[in-house]
Order: sequence, then structure tokens, then C-alpha cells
Amino acid sequence: MGSFLARRILLTLPVLFLVSVMVFSLIHLIPGDPARVILGQDATPGAIAALREQLGLNKPLIVQYLDWVGNVLHGNLGLSLSNQIAVATLIEQRLPVTIELAIGTFLFAVIIALPLGILSAIKRGKFADLVAAFATSLGLSIPPFWLGIMLLFAFTVRLHLFPSSGYVPLTQNVGQNLQSMFLPVLATGIREAAVLLRMTRASLAEVLDADFVRTARAKGIRGYRIILRHALKNALVPVITQSGLQIAGLLGGLVITETIFSLPGFGSLLVNAIFSRDYTTIQGSALVAALLVILVNLATDLCYGFIDPRIRMTRGEG
Amino acid sequence: MVNITTESVTPAETTAPLKKVRKNRTLGRMVRNPSFMIGALIVLLMVVAGVFAPVLAPYPPNQINFMALLQPPSSAHWFGTDELGRDLFSRVLYGAQTSLEVSAASVGIGLFFGILIGLLTGYIGGAFDEWFVMRVMDSIQSFPFLILALVIGAVLGSGLGNAMIAIGFGFIPGFVRIVRAQVFVQRRSEYVQSAVTIGAGTTRILFVHILPNILTPIIVQATLGLASGVVAEAGLSYLGLGVQPPAASWGSMLHTAQGYITTSPWLAIFPGLTLAIAVLGFNYLGDGLADLWQPKKN
Repeated sequence: MGSFLARRILLTLPVLFLVSVMVFSLIHLIPGDPARVILGQDATPGAIAALREQLGLNKPLIVQYLDWVGNVLHGNLGLSLSNQIAVATLIEQRLPVTIELAIGTFLFAVIIALPLGILSAIKRGKFADLVAAFATSLGLSIPPFWLGIMLLFAFTVRLHLFPSSGYVPLTQNVGQNLQSMFLPVLATGIREAAVLLRMTRASLAEVLDADFVRTARAKGIRGYRIILRHALKNALVPVITQSGLQIAGLLGGLVITETIFSLPGFGSLLVNAIFSRDYTTIQGSALVAALLVILVNLATDLCYGFIDPRIRMTRGEG
Repeated sequence: MVNITTESVTPAETTAPLKKVRKNRTLGRMVRNPSFMIGALIVLLMVVAGVFAPVLAPYPPNQINFMALLQPPSSAHWFGTDELGRDLFSRVLYGAQTSLEVSAASVGIGLFFGILIGLLTGYIGGAFDEWFVMRVMDSIQSFPFLILALVIGAVLGSGLGNAMIAIGFGFIPGFVRIVRAQVFVQRRSEYVQSAVTIGAGTTRILFVHILPNILTPIIVQATLGLASGVVAEAGLSYLGLGVQPPAASWGSMLHTAQGYITTSPWLAIFPGLTLAIAVLGFNYLGDGLADLWQPKKN
């Protein structure tokens, strides 16, 4: 386990370095002079020179990179070009909304997908399985942002059950917070549930065909005991992996969900930054998103490496 | 004594009926596979709608009509009209064109670089593969797909071409991983070893010998990638970073529709429904192809 852990962490280091290079390069990939692009064509030479100085664009590239990495390691992601507020502060304010939305979505997906996935695997080929398969196909095909708009139409415009926008922090009022998060969670959660359901069904169905399950049946162990104590434990390994991988996709999807439901989260910060050409905020947001994904992936790998000893032994190739 | 008459049979004559039988068997399996058939039908309809949009559309997609603003669906306007009186059905048809163009081009970009890098890194292997190429792929995949596309869009600017690049870039690591994994398996096989023995060059081994043998999973992944491309294009256009007005895109139509959802819900219903059906089609087609070609995996 020790060498697996060390190797996995060691493989993360070059990724962190490459991510930092990519994020740093963003501002240099802008066609033309970044300062002129940020300020617009009407900017005075004085303003352009001042911005170049603020962004450190006059220094050699390697010095710029080292300065930037040094600042990032001290939690300094620079000042927002739109309002001169520290980017780290802006992200700190917005991230809890996105994390709450992500956790809510994930919980919703697990609550829906696990029981239905198990039922679907047990009743393979039967009516319940076919219904679940059709529902999964629908869930995978309906884009969350369209679903979000239609949920707004149904529950807000027609039924007046939920507010159309606005966010109440969890610490302020739990009831109102849940009310403001219900539709966004539903909009993104259905797709995530469909992915997890499909994975749970496939994984459990494969395990249920395995020799050890047949042996357990032959020994006369009851059906539900086989599933809960023997099959599910083995079947959940790929499901945990899938859940970890879904986090990256989920974070991307939340950008649009936050925009639809006007939630003041991390995604809407990024979108607003793009429209106001606030490249320091774009850099900071991209870096934080990538770090979150790297951390979740690392935690997932370590988690299933811990659960399944075979993975510790076999995961040699990148 | 039994007289055995032997006729000279050429190899082409013996393999031709065999090929025909195999072809018929494959066609039969395709027809019996509901996922494949439904998916193929939807994708075919989408391609026809996109390609023949100028012929099929009853009105020009950008024709403004101030006498018919926000009209509900009727015989004159099957899907109703938008806030500028433009025919929504015509715009949905042209939206299919945009969607297909962007998703096909972005998958093409992903395929081109993914195959090239995957073949090379899978064949070379070693530290170059594990410590350099795969770590670069890991770092690209560390960015959530849509955030990556948004950030690239922010650097390059909005527009059809830039949306293709932004989405296509995100596809590269997925294809690299699939191609690389297949090359790992194939490079140890006898036919590759034989090619090496007779002195075939690396380029020949990769592109003439290995590539044709690993096309199946690549095609399956490309088909599923088209579904992601359609959604990503719509997502970028919804946020205003994809196709720019007045060009028709399902995503930008949904963005406009949200502002009129209380009074004119059809503006959101039709483009969104078409988008969902298109994604369903590509997903079914991809699943169907996977069932046909990789039955063990499914």
C-alpha cells in the first residue's frame, strides 16, 4: 500500500506542474498584446503600460512564471482586473455555493442510482430493467441546461412552487436554501444519476455472474445476503471510480446550471470573468477547478486502492 | 477407385462468397440491434435536416417579421416564431447544420491528434509515455471539459471556428487513451512482430498495420463524442461563447428562450427537444456499434 500511495502521489506532481504551466500560459496565448486586448482598442498607451506592469508582462517569461507560482503557493491569485478585489477572495466567496450544489447533485444521483441500479441488475431483462434502461438513455440525452429551463417553466412559472432565482445561504435559512437549490440539483442530478445507474447495473450484473456468487448460491445463502455482503462490495469498486471521474464533468456542467438559476457560484464567476475579459480571475478559476479535480481523482484512486488490493498490485501503467 | 476431379480455384473465388456471407450476417445483426437502428435513423434524420436545411426550411432562418412576433405553433409556423418573428422550425433545421458542423469538426480535431499521439506514445512506451505524454493528458483532463472549452474560447474569442477548436481540444486526451491502450495490446501481437522482423518502418507499422486493427473502439468513441460535441456546442452557444447571432444554434435559441419562458414556452421546448433527440440518437448509435463490434465489453 505504501509504494502504491507514493507512486500515485508522485504521478500527481508532474500533473500539477503542467497544470500550472497551462494556466500561466493562458494570458500569453491571447492573440496580440494581452494588455491591449484586455483594455480594448481605445486604451491609452499609459493605461496599457500600467497594466503590463501590473501583470508583470515586461519581465522575462521564466521570471513571470516563477513569480506567479510563488504567489499562487502563498494563496495570492492576483487582483481581479474588473474590480481590483483579490481573486482568491472572490473564489472563496463563490466556491461554497458550487460545492453545496455539487454535493447535493452527487447525493441525489447516489440515492436514485444505487437502488435502481441494483434492482435493474437483479431483474436483468425484465420489465423493471427495461424501464430503467430507457430512463437511463433519456437521462443521458437530456442536456441539463434544457432540463433546467423546463423545470423553471414547470415548477416556477406554472406551479409557483419554487423561486425562479436567488440564493439563500445554508447558514442563513436552511428551508429557503433547500428551496433555492432543489431545481438546480434536479437539473444536473438526473444526468449524473443516469451515468451512475448504468455503471452500477453493469458492474453488479457482471459480479452476479461470477463463480464466487454461484458458489455462495450453491451453499444456500439467501439472495439478499449474497447481494449485500458479497456481490455489492465487489461491484462498487468501478462505481466509486466512476463517481470520482464524474466530478470533473459535474463541475463543468454546474457552470451552466448556475447561470440558468442565477446562483452566485464559482461557475457564474468564471462566465462573468470571460465576458469582462478579466483574465486574472479566469486564470484563478481555471486553476482552482483543475486542483479540485486533481484532488478528487487522487482521493478516488487512493480510496479504491484501499478497498481493492488487486488495484494496488496491478496499477502500474499511467 | 474414386476419381477425384480437382478444379483450379483461385483464392478470390473462395473468399468472395465468404465475404458476402459475413456482410449479410453483419447487416442482419445491425437490423436486429434496436439501439443501432434507432440511433442510425435519428442521426440520418439529423444529417438530412442539416444538409438539406436550405431546401426543407419554409422560411429563411434570419428573416425578421415584425407582424408575427412570438407567434405560437400554427400551420404557417410549425414551431411558432421568436421575438423577431423568425420562423422557429427553419431556425431549428439550420441549428442542426451548425450543431453537426461543430461536433463533427471538433471530434475530427480530437481524432486527428488523439490517433497521432496515441499511436506514437503507445508504440514508444517507457518514460516518454508514462512521465510525459500521459501526464500532459492527465493535466488537460484535470480541467472540466466545459470549463476547458470556455477558457480556450475566452482566449481565442467567440465564433464557430473557435468553438470547434475549444471543444476539439478537450476530446484529444480521451482518444489518446483509447488508441494507446489498443496499441499496447497490438504491439505484442504476432503480425506486428512479423512486420518488425521483415524490416517495416515504424510509420508503416503504426499506420498500415496497427491502425486498421484498432479502428473499432475509436469509431465507437467518436460516435459517442459526437453526442458530447453537440451538447458542448449548445452549452457554449447558450453562454454566448459559441455561434454568434444571428446564426441559428440550438444553444443560443435556448438562451433567448429563457427570457420569454413565461409567455412563449415553445421557444425553449422545440430547440431543446431537438437537441435531446439528437444526443439520444448519437448515444444509441454509439451503444449499438459497441454492441455489434465489442459484444464482450457490453
